[in-house]
Amino acid sequence: MRLPPGASRIAIASALLVLLVAPPMVSSFLLALLTQAVIYAVLAMSLDLILGYIGLSSLGHAAYLGIGAYSVGILATRHGASFWITLTVGVVLATAVAGIFGLVALRATGVYFLMITLALGMVVWGLAHRWVTLTQGDNGISGVPRPNLGLPWSFSRGIPFYYLALVGFFLALFVLRRVVTSPFGQTLVGIRESESRMRTLGYHVWLHKYLGCVIAGGIGGFAGVLWAYYNGFVSPSDLELATSVEILLMVALGGRGTLIGPALGAVLIVGLKNLVSVYTHRWLLILGGVYIGTIVYAPEGIVGAIRQWTKESAP
Amino acid sequence: MSKKAVVSILALVVLLALGDAPAAWAQKGPIRIGVITAMTGGAAQIGKDMTNGIAMWLDENGGTIAGRKVEVIVEDSQGQPNIALTKLQKLVESDRVHVLVGEIFAHIGYAMAPKVDEYRIPMLYPVIASDDLTQRKPAKWVVRTGWASSQPNHPFGEYVAKTLGYKRVATIAIDYSFGWEQVGGFQKTFEENGGQIVQKLWAPLNTTDFAPYLSQVKRDADAVFALMVSISASRFPKQYQDAGLKARLPLIGGGTTFDEFVLPSLGDEAIGGMSPLIYSAALDTPVNKKFVTEYRKRYGKVPSYFSETCYTSTRWIAEAARAIGGDVESREKFLEALRKVEIPDAPRGPIKLDSYGNPVQNIYVRKVERKGGELWNTVVHTFPSVSQFWKYKPEEFLKQPVYDRNFPACKHC
Repeated sequence: MRLPPGASRIAIASALLVLLVAPPMVSSFLLALLTQAVIYAVLAMSLDLILGYIGLSSLGHAAYLGIGAYSVGILATRHGASFWITLTVGVVLATAVAGIFGLVALRATGVYFLMITLALGMVVWGLAHRWVTLTQGDNGISGVPRPNLGLPWSFSRGIPFYYLALVGFFLALFVLRRVVTSPFGQTLVGIRESESRMRTLGYHVWLHKYLGCVIAGGIGGFAGVLWAYYNGFVSPSDLELATSVEILLMVALGGRGTLIGPALGAVLIVGLKNLVSVYTHRWLLILGGVYIGTIVYAPEGIVGAIRQWTKESAP
Repeated sequence: MSKKAVVSILALVVLLALGDAPAAWAQKGPIRIGVITAMTGGAAQIGKDMTNGIAMWLDENGGTIAGRKVEVIVEDSQGQPNIALTKLQKLVESDRVHVLVGEIFAHIGYAMAPKVDEYRIPMLYPVIASDDLTQRKPAKWVVRTGWASSQPNHPFGEYVAKTLGYKRVATIAIDYSFGWEQVGGFQKTFEENGGQIVQKLWAPLNTTDFAPYLSQVKRDADAVFALMVSISASRFPKQYQDAGLKARLPLIGGGTTFDEFVLPSLGDEAIGGMSPLIYSAALDTPVNKKFVTEYRKRYGKVPSYFSETCYTSTRWIAEAARAIGGDVESREKFLEALRKVEIPDAPRGPIKLDSYGNPVQNIYVRKVERKGGELWNTVVHTFPSVSQFWKYKPEEFLKQPVYDRNFPACKHC
């Protein structure tokens, strides 16, 4: 299962290096897309913990994005809360909600888990839509100011904010890598492969799955906090089913269970949606073609396919 | 080099510098108009109607504004706020457009307004109707050329109470702020003129099966006020008829329930439906007749209010640019000119902005009739020069909260 050292590591390292040094050189439009991609990458990686390591498909992940984003929207516009307060509230609240949702959803597996998470996601969407006094309904909350961290540069400019998002990305990547390489993460992989065997071996299967979901929810909330600061705006459309589906597709496209794959998927989908649609209104056809191509030729996603390929061509 | 040569070179330089000044604005290149709207997804047809209107005006006027060529760059928002914001950034920073036009949905309007103010670039909202954009939360750089949600419903409430003489009306509306604001505006003036709203039903966005709501409608009402949009509007009248309600309770509604956008998908069940709006394709004026004929020739359908507002918005930009001699690069001056535009003869009638930035314009009470095999919104009454505040003092009006699900409260339910 381990990567052959060399090629793919160098590829990943150089990709990360590009993320680090490219921004000052690209146009502001491309920079905006990169910022979005980096934030969505955090979200996709957090879902990968559920989909790729626990092996459960969730259609409710946009709920955590929404909880993080609304925490910022409400606290920053109405109470002038600082970045650190909104960040803490957003992550803690998303974690807590994931704790509750986990209790409900983890009673099931497979397609039933999918349906329950879908329903829970819609509950949060419904709240955002209908609890008008808190969320301003479908008009959304606009005018969220960019964060002020007391640093000498202003995050209202594109490049500093990009690096803030990038720091968030590396932080999430670091935490998630620590989780999946730890004995806890390895147990999750074991559960994914054979739940009954892990149970026989004496592992508390349910608790492991539950904690995995809670961690994923918290990091999803973190992505939501960044998202709200980036857009300066939160509305129920961020929580729609379409968003959850999109995150799921990012993970599937990039390669589940690889962390870096979903990040790549996020970059690709954000790019396709925004860049290709500049050139043609038929961009959905291209996106559809990419999905079909992935399913037919790379069912394990792009990173999965590359791993397969390097393993085969290695001596 | 001799002294003479130096002097003549200097003179030449001065001449060139002077000569350059008047030539400068001819060399500035085209006026770039950025358009953001949904070109894919559920609202793609609305986006199409909008871009048709813009293209048609430019085509009729030689593709130039104030002597400068015009370049239109259309970006697809896919009906999503974050995509709209990204495309806004692209249009302003990469394409360096001089003015923006667009969008359909209120939440995208609210998302874009602060960014538009930040960029200090004029943006026209020809469709977004959310009341507060020109009431409690105005944006400096946004110019609304369409209408405010409650604007047509204020006069209509009075018309229904006084002229139609209905006393008890039940409402059924799509459950989001566009619906709340229309029902709210109607309820306020209807009840102030002696009417009673006896029931308020709300159906979620994109509802297509209204059976559960129609079975609840109070049968002792005088009429039903419905506010439908897009897919719901194309289904509702048929189900209203099938439920046996059409024969008993006249159907009235907000403008979008019966607008030109949905009429082609409706049948006899819609006949008799009355609604108020800023525009009707059946409007009997020479300007509008020419507009409708020309639009049909080009696009093979009757223009909707989406087409009319975008057509007029393009003219709006042209009028403002002309007033400042084509100098659209001076943004403050351009914005000021945009706010001063008065159009006496748009297809929808005369328009000018009030001091809050919302058009003062005619409101037409329209009735669906079949003419020449097609459904048309025949204009039965015109309220001239209606402001978003109707007959109220703006300061007084703004003291009340924005209309929502529970405001005004349903006292007679």
